[in-house]
Amino acid sequence: MSSRHPGLNLGEAHGAAHEAAEKEVFGFWVFMMSDAILFGLLFATYVVLQGNTNGGPGPSDLFEIPSVLIQTVLLLTSSLTAGLAQLAMKHALGTRRIVIWLLISLALALSFIALEVRDLLTMISKGGIPEASGFLSAFFALIPLHGLHVVAACLWLLALLGQIARYGLDDAVKTGMLRLGILWHFLDIVWIGIFTIVYVGGLA
Amino acid sequence: MNRRQERRSYAIGYGLALALTLLVFALVGFDLLPRRSTLWVAGVAAVMQIVVHFRFFLHIRLKGQTREDLQLILFTTLLLLLMGGGTIWIMTDLSRRM
Repeated sequence: MSSRHPGLNLGEAHGAAHEAAEKEVFGFWVFMMSDAILFGLLFATYVVLQGNTNGGPGPSDLFEIPSVLIQTVLLLTSSLTAGLAQLAMKHALGTRRIVIWLLISLALALSFIALEVRDLLTMISKGGIPEASGFLSAFFALIPLHGLHVVAACLWLLALLGQIARYGLDDAVKTGMLRLGILWHFLDIVWIGIFTIVYVGGLA
Repeated sequence: MNRRQERRSYAIGYGLALALTLLVFALVGFDLLPRRSTLWVAGVAAVMQIVVHFRFFLHIRLKGQTREDLQLILFTTLLLLLMGGGTIWIMTDLSRRM
């Protein structure tokens, strides 16, 4: 087949892996979209409950805009570097380059997690615990779930690095990279919703 | 698309996404607009940024797709609008009546 999918893909030069990617990547899209529904409903829950602070601390007591901005830029930049890893793979620029871009993406994502955990701990120390109010229950259902997703993506990235070290860039690793790329960008898209609805909505 | 074009496409996507992010954070951080306008701008910017991410990072396009990614995403968006929008509509209406 000459006219192949123009999306996140490997390209004709990759032969069998390119063929396999068509089905596997689409299957992963279906999985991601079911995850999108989960996040969407947690967003709806948050919007419904955000005003119910029950006399406890509210958004302006707990959220810090500079830290959220840094987290946003870290995640966005890791999306770019993860994309550059995809390009390095697609155009066969060598395993070294792929691994370097993956490591940069990993470092950025880990910095994001570190900042997020720090912020959550600060919130808890100010009395912003999940059981304090409906607002905080909904907050702690949504934000740490996204954080857990990012941690899972980091573990997956490490597993892929292990596979690259052990097996080289074989077909399974290539399609794995594509799927990780989709998860990585997807989590960044969920974060757009989080910073807009939760942080900007809470502080504007 | 050749390698350079593809790399440039990522750079354009990153630039657009960063600009939209900084715009929204500037509005909130410096308190430039009233709350209602800020929320509108932030909402529109978020939708634009999501489109930028799909277009430049995930390479989802309106034309030339051989896989049903776009249909899948649009159907999910429809489900989200129905379920999320419906939840918010009903619950705010309920809280107004209570």
